[in-house]
Amino acid sequence: MKLAPLSATLLAALLGTSALAQDNAEPIRIGILHSLSGTMAISETTLKDAMLMLIEQQNAKGGVLGRKLEAVVVDPASDWPLFAEKARELVAGDKVSAVFGCWTSVSRKSVLPVFRELDSILFYPVQYEGEESERNVFYTGAAPNQQAIPAVEYLMDQGVERWVLAGTDYVYPRTTNKILEQFLKDKGVAPDDIMINYTPFGQSDWQTIVSDIKAFGGTGKKTAVVSTINGDANVPFYKELANQGITADDIPVVAFSVGEEELAGIDTAPLVGHMAAWNYFQSVDDQANYDFIDAWHSYTGKDDRVTNDPMEAHYIGFNMWVKAVEKAGSTDPDKVIDAMVGIEVPNLSGGKAVMGKDHHITKPVMVGEINEDGQFDIVWESEGEVAGDAWSDFLPESKPLIADWTQPINCGNYNTQTKTCGGAAPVIN
Amino acid sequence: MRLIRLVLICLMLPVAALAQSFDEIATLLPDGSYEDRAARVSALAASGDPRAEALLSALAAGDLAVLKADGRLVVVTGNAAQDALTGTDAGPVTRRDVTRVRVNNNLRGQIRAALGSLGLSATDPGVRARAASQLEAAPDPTQLPALEKALGTETDPAAKSALELARATVLLSAPDAAPEARAEALSLIVARRGASAQALIRAQLDDPVLKDAAASALTHIERAEKLRGWGLTLWQGVSLGSVLLLAAIGLSITFGVCGVINMAHGELVMLGAYTTFVVQEMIRNHAPGLFDWSLAIALPLAFVITGAIGIAIERGIVRKLYGRPLETLLATWGVSLILQQAVRTIFGPNNRQVGNPSWMSGSTEVFGIALTWNRVWILLFALAVFAFLMLVLRRTALGLQMRAVTQNRAMAAEMGIRTGRVDALTFGLGAGIAGLAGVALSQIDNVSPNLGQGYIVDSFMVVVFGGAGSLWGTLAGAFTLGIAGKLAEPLAGAMLAKVLILIFIILFIQKRPRGLFPTRGRAVEG
Repeated sequence: MKLAPLSATLLAALLGTSALAQDNAEPIRIGILHSLSGTMAISETTLKDAMLMLIEQQNAKGGVLGRKLEAVVVDPASDWPLFAEKARELVAGDKVSAVFGCWTSVSRKSVLPVFRELDSILFYPVQYEGEESERNVFYTGAAPNQQAIPAVEYLMDQGVERWVLAGTDYVYPRTTNKILEQFLKDKGVAPDDIMINYTPFGQSDWQTIVSDIKAFGGTGKKTAVVSTINGDANVPFYKELANQGITADDIPVVAFSVGEEELAGIDTAPLVGHMAAWNYFQSVDDQANYDFIDAWHSYTGKDDRVTNDPMEAHYIGFNMWVKAVEKAGSTDPDKVIDAMVGIEVPNLSGGKAVMGKDHHITKPVMVGEINEDGQFDIVWESEGEVAGDAWSDFLPESKPLIADWTQPINCGNYNTQTKTCGGAAPVIN
Repeated sequence: MRLIRLVLICLMLPVAALAQSFDEIATLLPDGSYEDRAARVSALAASGDPRAEALLSALAAGDLAVLKADGRLVVVTGNAAQDALTGTDAGPVTRRDVTRVRVNNNLRGQIRAALGSLGLSATDPGVRARAASQLEAAPDPTQLPALEKALGTETDPAAKSALELARATVLLSAPDAAPEARAEALSLIVARRGASAQALIRAQLDDPVLKDAAASALTHIERAEKLRGWGLTLWQGVSLGSVLLLAAIGLSITFGVCGVINMAHGELVMLGAYTTFVVQEMIRNHAPGLFDWSLAIALPLAFVITGAIGIAIERGIVRKLYGRPLETLLATWGVSLILQQAVRTIFGPNNRQVGNPSWMSGSTEVFGIALTWNRVWILLFALAVFAFLMLVLRRTALGLQMRAVTQNRAMAAEMGIRTGRVDALTFGLGAGIAGLAGVALSQIDNVSPNLGQGYIVDSFMVVVFGGAGSLWGTLAGAFTLGIAGKLAEPLAGAMLAKVLILIFIILFIQKRPRGLFPTRGRAVEG
């Protein structure tokens, strides 16, 4: 297995690079770095399948630069150090041109040094806490200003005055809640009207916390829960809410990590009316989306497979990569990275995604309410797309920072006050 | 078409006071802000048009849509569409042909209130009572005359009581109403709803007339709430303890008798949960009427399946490693990974849906404490499993042999007990109990391949704390840790509570290395 590509590369090197470009027989390799086993398999397996489908579709259209695409799938097994090892294997061993992968922030952080050192490209498809911009990484998921903040603004519009910020205890909820807390205070919400709660991964006993939320919401002011509770712990959380008689009419929950895939395994009746904020829902009313869903169903052979936001992010990221490679006329990472900024591709909700200078993309923001079918009814949508903000303006330490990977700045954390690169220490997680 | 409608809205908003026909308002339902649309919903309900109820119900259910082709308002059911205004058939549609009319929680609440006012005049007293509760949930002062009119003619006691509550709630939400009527309303609310109306009562503190009555009612309520809070914490602790007991009790006997730390115990629990899933799937497909019995069917199956796997693990792996605890630990951990990935391969990595039978859903109230049925049943079940195990240990030959082996393996062997067979059966029994725990836990936790991992550490804590091999120790350990955890949680938060419990156990083990109830016996002590 390992020998074949190695010898092929050797051969190509002997023949010279000009011969390589013309060689139709030599496919372009794309790495897929998603956990297929371990705790994160629940979310990441689908993304691997989505990538394989996109690659198959592109090959049906004739590939890229006249060459076929070939997927190299590895399984980092939800093990963070293994992510780094497998990334190295993909880039250095299999000589992939780009890698699509990672889910948790800690897995992304663990592969960053590899991509920096080997100068390759990673497409990261999941909403995250921001406070990062790397030259070798393209963030196709949402930054906090593209998900959390608009959702909270929508709830404010709906008359919510008291806020529970509930999250799993790790970097994404902690950073997001820090940003949200500051945002709420800036909007004039009293500290007494904000309750922050963290729970361990996989929390299954929610009795106390739900009682606390019930008491907190019992003061007469409209209360909402902003949930950054991670995947698995959500089901018992919602079950406990329903069992204690709290419905979305009393205390709505808006979640940032609950999508169609997470709802697929549970009885959604007690969840009806609770919300999620994403940049894409399967229920988006757009012909391109319906085409995508149909293609997904025929690819997987199952009509009940759902699509979700990170899948759309990979759809956008993959199409951007194809366009950038065609623009650069090469798969050379440096050329592709330079070609990426400003690339524009259609998203699945009838708009356009544009790659920004900080390697984040423009996205529409949507709030959906869970319905009986385990899908989301979209109840609010931003007007047009919102550009991602790598460094939040709501955190004092990152306020002066911007990311700009074009000349002359060419820096991931440029301090606009001191006009230096790396002016402030990035938030260390 | 959409553009025309938008222009229409712009033209009509300033003259909204002018009468619009029902059809005109209805066609405007999809457009504008949620507030504008709520106003149209009220207008439709007030129009007195017989079509209003069906139209608004369809809107609340999310079935109302706009045909993309001609902008007509239709009600979609499955693949069929019906013109929402004329009721004529609009032909088959797919999701590509229609745009659903958006409804959010607030608007849905307003629709329900509007529907409530329509339902007040229904002939069925049940519908009238429901309509009154809907008005109570979304109090709207403009509905007061309608409520009073309905109260005047109401004869059904249940509907009348609901109407009185609704009227009182509406009165308290209308600061301009007559003070005497509001005072009367407040005493009614305090008497009938008590703590559940705390927010409404607190809102009356600003009212000069009702201030004192509201304040004294609140102090009463708060005192009762404090007591209730303690009761609630205690209940939650007992409930958590019962879950820990279920998860740990099987581990306790294998640990006690065989001296083996079975790292795959959590995965056996997970397999029990998956057995429940498979049973429920079969019932759903073949005999939906039996759904409420699914757990009763799953219990013996889970016991047999996980018990058999347990015996297989013991015979195949553990038996070869007795006396080498480190190797056993690693080998059973390997087994746990194999089981996890096997389930992931067969059932997929996603959570599987296990439903609650009707008798396990919802909650009941005892002294104002909401006891959720699933947790009540799990507590009873945990105690039943405990009693069953006690019975096995005290009253059966196997139990006698097990106790003998626990106390002194060599001596028991001398007496003619086949210790190998006892080990296998004990392991199987422990595994079977894990399967039973899985059936119960499927009701409160995710059924995913990772289910077991969440319980293995907690189970070990219980076993170590209670004293390995002692059932009473496990019982005491589980409930102590459960209640202590719940007492610490509000003070320190869920994260810190876990840490505190861990520190407590470490300190405790320093003092009493054999746990709360140390097993006595020469082999154990030596």
